[in-house]
Amino acid sequence: MAVTPSYEAEQPAAGESASTGYDPNYVPDSVKSFVVHMYRHIREKNVYEIHQMYETSFQSISERLFKDSPWPSVDAVASYVDNDHVFCLLYREMWYRHLYARLSPTPKQRIDSWDNYCSLFQVVLHGVVNMQLPNQWLWDMVDEFVYQFQSFCQYRAKMKSKTEQEIALLRQYDQAWNVYGVLNFLQALVEKSMIIQILEQEKEGLEQFTATDGYDYSGGSNVLKVLGYFSMIGLLRVHCLLGDYHTALKCIVPIDITQQGVYTSVIGSHITTIYHYGFANLMLRRYVEAIREFNKILLYIFKTKQYHQKSPQYEQILKKNEQMYALLAVSLSLCPQVKLVEETVNSQLREKYGEKMSRMQGYDDDAFTLYDELFSYACPKFITPSSPSYEETLVNYNQDAYRLQLKLFLYEVKQQQLLSGVRTFLKVYSTISLGKLAAYMEVDEPTLRTILMTYKHKTHSVDSDGKITSNADLDFYVDDDMIHVTESKPAKRYGDYFMRQIVKLEGIMTDIDRIKLE
Amino acid sequence: MGREITNSAAAANQKQQSTTSYTVEQLVAVNPYNPDILPDLENYVNEQVSTQTYSLNANLCLLRLYQVEPDRMSTKIVARILIKALMAIPAPDFSLCLFLIPERVQMEEQFKTLIVLSHYLETARFRQFWDEAAKSRHILEVVPGFEQAIQAYAVHVLSLTYQKVARSVLAESINIEGPALDKFVEHHVANSGWAIEKSQTKGQLIILPPTEFNHPELKKSASDGIAFENITRILPILG
Repeated sequence: MAVTPSYEAEQPAAGESASTGYDPNYVPDSVKSFVVHMYRHIREKNVYEIHQMYETSFQSISERLFKDSPWPSVDAVASYVDNDHVFCLLYREMWYRHLYARLSPTPKQRIDSWDNYCSLFQVVLHGVVNMQLPNQWLWDMVDEFVYQFQSFCQYRAKMKSKTEQEIALLRQYDQAWNVYGVLNFLQALVEKSMIIQILEQEKEGLEQFTATDGYDYSGGSNVLKVLGYFSMIGLLRVHCLLGDYHTALKCIVPIDITQQGVYTSVIGSHITTIYHYGFANLMLRRYVEAIREFNKILLYIFKTKQYHQKSPQYEQILKKNEQMYALLAVSLSLCPQVKLVEETVNSQLREKYGEKMSRMQGYDDDAFTLYDELFSYACPKFITPSSPSYEETLVNYNQDAYRLQLKLFLYEVKQQQLLSGVRTFLKVYSTISLGKLAAYMEVDEPTLRTILMTYKHKTHSVDSDGKITSNADLDFYVDDDMIHVTESKPAKRYGDYFMRQIVKLEGIMTDIDRIKLE
Repeated sequence: MGREITNSAAAANQKQQSTTSYTVEQLVAVNPYNPDILPDLENYVNEQVSTQTYSLNANLCLLRLYQVEPDRMSTKIVARILIKALMAIPAPDFSLCLFLIPERVQMEEQFKTLIVLSHYLETARFRQFWDEAAKSRHILEVVPGFEQAIQAYAVHVLSLTYQKVARSVLAESINIEGPALDKFVEHHVANSGWAIEKSQTKGQLIILPPTEFNHPELKKSASDGIAFENITRILPILG
């Protein structure tokens, strides 16, 4: 039982914003019963029951008894669970998560929660854990870990309003939520779990992971493996928060996002993955990839959201849903590949952003304001990972990272501002001379040539292997002074169609063979 | 005695080899979130400059370390990273780096210049680019191979856009004229499938090699393939 001594001392501060009647040592019967049962189910590796208690009982007890106060302290419940060290760590993880969701954490609580994650992950990394926990819970741990990191960075960067006490605390615990610490924990979980190798071997048929949703049915523990798996998504997100989109995408290469996988087994993880994947691709100018994945997940959410109405994540799902529509609107405005978007998603999109999207085609100040608005609404909460300098005058720098990303994004939009004009003309001609088009566009010929080349450059992304991918729906080539326009039609997948028909026909023939004529 | 010397030399040599082969790329792969590798990464940037090699991963890793500890940032190194990234165009490396460099650093004169240069390249305004580059030679000449890299990019964009391009347009894009241009064209005729056509009205036209991007009809044939995984579905039937 390793409870940090400081914990007891800071209890009175817990939930200071809430009712003053909170007694951390008072354990209501329902909580007693909750921890006793949870503890038993964990020991018996009853994943189903653990999941029920985690998803349902914890929420309903919170709703009933701890709406605006924290749960009882871990010390008060420890005696009901044999003072089990790991259970206490798990309990505290939930305790802080609840606190973050319902109240605002004190600076000391932020730091203590970091300590708790350190202890918890250490235990997992050293292989002491022999539990089987629901994917939902394991995902929530990684998700919350990254969220609290981001929240801490935002908090720390608001220097102006800090009291001397707070600053002293920040200086004293300068290792808490340190970006290297966060990244190294996630990285260690990925490595120690061997998840990358497991996924590799699964392709060879040597290992089962996806097929069992990451659970271990041969008596082992799923905790390290699945935490390692979700940590890849955690790394994707942290790198996006830092503005490092290239590295972000590299972190989830082991996960094939064109397929279902363990990441789709939890809606929160599914959405987080695609949201950040799509966003990183948008920033890398790989619009087609972003559009394709946003489209798929938005359709999925549209079809399944009714099943999540009672879930504690429901609001978060709806929010990310709206943000991804905004990002889709941005992607399509830069790269009008509407035929990649499914009908349902498209009509939702028109309803939400139809009017804005047509204004965004204008490339005037109004259009830039809209790009700014949609980006700001839908982008991740970027962070500045450096510690404040305590010597200089205290300034807030929590907006710096966001402002930089926004500025660079708008810069990109400006570089593309002439492209929609040229597209409009090219759409109505199959051939046109440079001179004539230049006259229509009211530019000189050399300028038109640069616009045409910019169009080509911006619509053709080049990956690190030098492979060129066209993102253009409308393409052209120039033969000396003559422009030839080609509208690329979606390649019909005859091959795939015939394959399916062959399989179908074979099935029918097998059926017919079975019929015996009397 | 003689043998001993050879041995120790070999050992020293080997040590050298193992440190060089074990450095940077592997450090970045194994230990990307460790501030201790910062000096190694800085040296590696200089090495990339002098040996005309390039590693985006290592350079992003370094910028990330600078991001956490701005006090350790060397603007000289950052400038080199940015010039290298500019040379990687059409890949979006330059923006990838800018995303990680604090705005107040980007306000420095040399970075402003590089951002302008990048802007000209991104919008294919080669004439302005070469004019500006000439004015900023003191920043750029530190990195060998700069002009060639940009010329390669210009050829890339021209090849995406044109089937046939006037010699004068080519000349402006790559900033080469006269006999040097003849040589450049000859080289590409010999190595990259270029051809020359004499037009009566406007002099030389360069025929760029056909790709699916300047000859869209080449694209369709390529796209209707069937992935091997899909064929496996009908294997039991065929068998």
